[in-house]
Amino acid sequence: MTTHSRHTAPARPLFEPAIVKRALVDAFRKLNPLHQLRNPVMFTVWVCSAFATALWLQALTGQGEARPSFILAIALWLWFTVLFANFAEAMAEGRGKAQAESLRAAKRNVKATKLAGPDRNGPSSTVEAPTLRIGDLVLVKAGETIPGDGEVLEGVASVNESAITGESAPVIRESGGDRSAVTGGTLVLSDWLVIRISTNPGETFLDRMIAMVEGAKRQKTPNEIALDILLAGLTIVFLLAVATLLPFSIFSVKAAGQGSPVTITVLVSLLVCLIPTTIGGLLSAIGIAGMDRMIQANVIATSGRAVEAAGDVDVLLLDKTGTITLGNREAVAFIPSEGVNIHDLADAAQLSSLADETPEGRSIVILAKEQYGLRERDIRVLDAHFVPFTAQTRMSGVNLGHREVRKGAASAIEDFVQAKGGRFPEDLRRRVDEIAMAGGTPLVVADGAKALGVIQLKDIVKGGIKERFAELRNMGIKTVMITGDNPLTAAAIAAEAGVDDFLAQATPEAKLKLIREYQTGGRLVAMTGDGTNDAPALAQADVAVAMNSGTQAAKEAGNMVDLDSNPTKLIEIVEIGKQLLMTRGSLTTFSIANDVAKYFAILPAAFVATYPALGALNIMGLHSPESAILSAVIFNALIIVFLIPLSLRGVKYRPMGAAQLLQRNLFVYGAGGLIVPFVGIKLIDMLLVALHLTA
Amino acid sequence: MTHAWIQSFIFLGLVLAIAVPLGPFIAKVLAGERTFLHPVLGPVERGLYRLMGIRGDEDMGWKAYAWAIAAFNLLGIAAVFLLQKAQGALPLNPEGMGKVATDLSFNTAVSFTTNTNWQAYGGESTLSYLTQMLGLTVQNFLSAATGIVVVVALIRGLMRRSALGIGNAWADLVRTTLYVLLPLSAIIALLLVSQGTLQTFAASVKTTSGQVLAMGPAASQVAIKMLGTNGGGFFNANSAHPFENPTGLSNLIHMVAIFSIPAALCLAFGTMAKDRRQGWAVMAAMAVIFVAALSVTTWAEAKGNPGLKGLPVNQMVSTEQGGGNMEGKEVRFGAANASLFATITTSASCGAVIAWHDSFTPLGGLVPLWLMQLGEVVFGGVGSGLYGMLLFALVGVFIGGLMVGRTPEYLGKKIEAFEMKMASIAILLPSAAILIGTAVAVLHAPAVASISNPGPHGFTQVLYAFSSATQNNGSAFGGLSVNTPFYNYGLALCMLVGRFGVILPVLAIAGSLARKKYTPESVGTLPTHTPLFVGVLVGVVLLIGALTYLPALALGPLAEHLTLR
Repeated sequence: MTTHSRHTAPARPLFEPAIVKRALVDAFRKLNPLHQLRNPVMFTVWVCSAFATALWLQALTGQGEARPSFILAIALWLWFTVLFANFAEAMAEGRGKAQAESLRAAKRNVKATKLAGPDRNGPSSTVEAPTLRIGDLVLVKAGETIPGDGEVLEGVASVNESAITGESAPVIRESGGDRSAVTGGTLVLSDWLVIRISTNPGETFLDRMIAMVEGAKRQKTPNEIALDILLAGLTIVFLLAVATLLPFSIFSVKAAGQGSPVTITVLVSLLVCLIPTTIGGLLSAIGIAGMDRMIQANVIATSGRAVEAAGDVDVLLLDKTGTITLGNREAVAFIPSEGVNIHDLADAAQLSSLADETPEGRSIVILAKEQYGLRERDIRVLDAHFVPFTAQTRMSGVNLGHREVRKGAASAIEDFVQAKGGRFPEDLRRRVDEIAMAGGTPLVVADGAKALGVIQLKDIVKGGIKERFAELRNMGIKTVMITGDNPLTAAAIAAEAGVDDFLAQATPEAKLKLIREYQTGGRLVAMTGDGTNDAPALAQADVAVAMNSGTQAAKEAGNMVDLDSNPTKLIEIVEIGKQLLMTRGSLTTFSIANDVAKYFAILPAAFVATYPALGALNIMGLHSPESAILSAVIFNALIIVFLIPLSLRGVKYRPMGAAQLLQRNLFVYGAGGLIVPFVGIKLIDMLLVALHLTA
Repeated sequence: MTHAWIQSFIFLGLVLAIAVPLGPFIAKVLAGERTFLHPVLGPVERGLYRLMGIRGDEDMGWKAYAWAIAAFNLLGIAAVFLLQKAQGALPLNPEGMGKVATDLSFNTAVSFTTNTNWQAYGGESTLSYLTQMLGLTVQNFLSAATGIVVVVALIRGLMRRSALGIGNAWADLVRTTLYVLLPLSAIIALLLVSQGTLQTFAASVKTTSGQVLAMGPAASQVAIKMLGTNGGGFFNANSAHPFENPTGLSNLIHMVAIFSIPAALCLAFGTMAKDRRQGWAVMAAMAVIFVAALSVTTWAEAKGNPGLKGLPVNQMVSTEQGGGNMEGKEVRFGAANASLFATITTSASCGAVIAWHDSFTPLGGLVPLWLMQLGEVVFGGVGSGLYGMLLFALVGVFIGGLMVGRTPEYLGKKIEAFEMKMASIAILLPSAAILIGTAVAVLHAPAVASISNPGPHGFTQVLYAFSSATQNNGSAFGGLSVNTPFYNYGLALCMLVGRFGVILPVLAIAGSLARKKYTPESVGTLPTHTPLFVGVLVGVVLLIGALTYLPALALGPLAEHLTLR
């Protein structure tokens, strides 16, 4: 994953000591069978462990079916299997909780100034934040914490939202428009705001986030349910295969006239080894970790379902500005008015921009240097006086003695020129219109009363975005650029950025219609939005990412909120969704493939006394029946621990077609899953023998 | 060995030559389109609808479809049961056969209705010609038609978008029987008669040496027995009997007939899916397993019996003799033919035999047993083989789809919890029937008394019987006396579970898929027509089969093989 667009806190180390410590305690707490019932595979292991323990107690009385020490070893390792799975889940939850705790720090018990009416100078009372209800009005002044989610009614203020976003630069919040939403727990740095509270206590955005990451509200996602069913089905198949082995064995002992029927201890061991404990034990950890990765990317999903759906997205609607192009534009050409030398225009343009530190200004200086060889001059040497841009004049420039060089919007320069007694040339007006029509931004340059020509500014497509879109195309995801530009400009930028399609002169209605069209065609659509007018489209999209800077309406309509308000994040979100599913699929394959080796370990061990020829199946050359069974059980438990990092981090996603991806993962997890246990079980067996831990 | 391989390739070539035109033809018939047979059979079809009061174009939801199929089959069981009870009083009974015992009648009725054709009776010693023709032969057609219409309903479910119906069960049954099964059976019956297969109402004949030669209308029943992968022989000796299978050519016709429709249905699937590659991919997966299985059986049988080593017995393949393990085999056909036939008949859920599988070497017998346990999906029964394979494809797509990071899709339909639940049930129920049935039998003294061989071989006999019945194959391993109330009722129950425990979940999946929207394919979609997917499918089938049955097989054929070796 490229990180050029990320500015999140560094990822948490995988095994933070504090989290590990708490997870260890939780692993035991989760031994409660009621908790285990949620997961049919691990519940089966739990029952088997209890059974083995009972067999051991029976053996202690001298009536056991095998040596008590052997049964005890099996029982312990079966319990370890449950504990390791619990530990994995607790680790994932712990990491979520740690995230939640840092969020909760923002939710200190704040006092609020509750207003009786909309007048901020009117009567007010001081109340505790949790007592605020929807519709209450509060006044928040500089240095105070906003007591709850709400809408700004009055005032403009800079707000530090780092508690939520991790971004330290303050943002402006003001009444009306798309910057009116404020989040509880954030800090007003300057000025004041009158806020209407929009959520009741316990339902604020922050509350929902905390509940989400703590896993308290975690429901199984559709895909997880489907996998659960498959795993439960497999568990029952194995239960049948193992349970019927007892009658088969009784019959065989009679038929062969030697050996003794297989022991319950061996059957229980075989069952636990065969049922998909690896994926079963890690399944919920994988789900929680997926959510956790979203949070580390500073995205809050309102449900696990949304995270999962992100992996399925096949159309991305991306806003042009901010996502595909930089907000800034770049000078690409100087176009002189009739009768003006282009070098004069370039010279004037450069002069007007020397002290202009905006990206547009810098790009003009660079263009003048690159195309007309004009060296950058020092404004102090020239004894020039810089005239900055203001909202009133809508121009900037320099004064050199009596010479006044200006650049700015066409209408502003026209006023300026006319005020100086000059005339705005007709051909220049046409040029300006042409550039505007083609989607560029025209800046007119004037030297005193004479309008010299126009600078053409153009959108700059973000670096690397074209490659990103190519990657998406390889993943089978179509990109659609949404822009208010006219179709000509949109087409030009779309071609340059390498998007698959574009929607020009986009209105909220057109966006909504486009989403519906794609959905009717069976596609899953993802989009980002921030404005209130995006809300209908956000509600319609399958994966809707609202910008945290956006309005409350947009956030309510979406199913994810991007705390960084970074529209490029959509791509990361899709990858995290895919990663989640891939991790589940790969570990399922691994888990099932493991069974082959376990059969080769346990079957000969269980039946060699009845049919000595079955010893030929002991291809690993395991030391004894007891050591073989114990090694398989130990391997089965330890593999869960070894795979915890993978399930927390997720299988690495590579942007490639489905066919290649499958081939790769099949090789790693399928073939790997076949081979690894042969090696692992053999090594454990050798170790047991070397340590004299087995008969 | 070379001859065995040449013959196998000729066999596969012939199957392909028939399947390529037959597949699209079946698709056309079941889409209700006109074919070259319509000028003749069209009026018959419309007449039948009028007679039965059916509107052929009326669409049924999956539950209505399932009810129709279930009711139709229950009626079939009742009819065959009653016919056996009443045969003594009915015509076409030159040998004067009396009424059949209740447990045996029930077993036989269930057996022929479920396309199993497990035979706990001897045809020439139990049943009248009328029972064979009106009961068994009719069910041979109808059970085959049932299998075909169920898979067609499943394919419709995959193809239809946001639809409630999956077709009309009655029209599908009529069309399948009328346009596909009847014409093909007529052709095969005539070909067999040309080779000397009997077709007569005459009573048995006593030869001068005193031997009684059973007679009967065999060809008409044998044709559909092979074509419909039914497998129930007219005579007790099944296809080893010279009056059923007189020549080498008739033997080839038998084998080709078994695979024709199962192979053609794969291609019909491709045609209906409007993407022929999908059909070829499924067929390729079947073919891979078939060729691998055939190689093992042929190799094991050609090697001969290890127990005869050191004795003055020549088991070598030479110009003088076919060689190999000849115990329980027809001398006319030899070990190579028997291996090929055994692999075909157990890959497809036919169950006709030309040799006693009981007498195969342990490994040679393991392969047919395991092929049945895989769920009869390697070509399999007509219709049932393909719908079984498509269930495995759903499981394969599910795991594979997850591995590429998307909600799994097959042919544009999302595979979700409901589909996984039904697929799990359909895979689980037959496994349960086989394993639990065998477990009960080996602990039940009267059932153990039926076993003729000691040791692991005896265990295999029981395991084989329950596998064959549950997976609706119907071939007998032999050596097990199964005409007892325990086996008659127990195996009948297994046949019902193996048949309807799969058909009902399959129809439920069809209904659920039909209602879903279609998701267009993209490079992010897991392709299901590539060699890689064929590999995944083969892997899923083999892995589930191996993991479920390896312990049981270890105590049966594997233990026997390793002991004899």
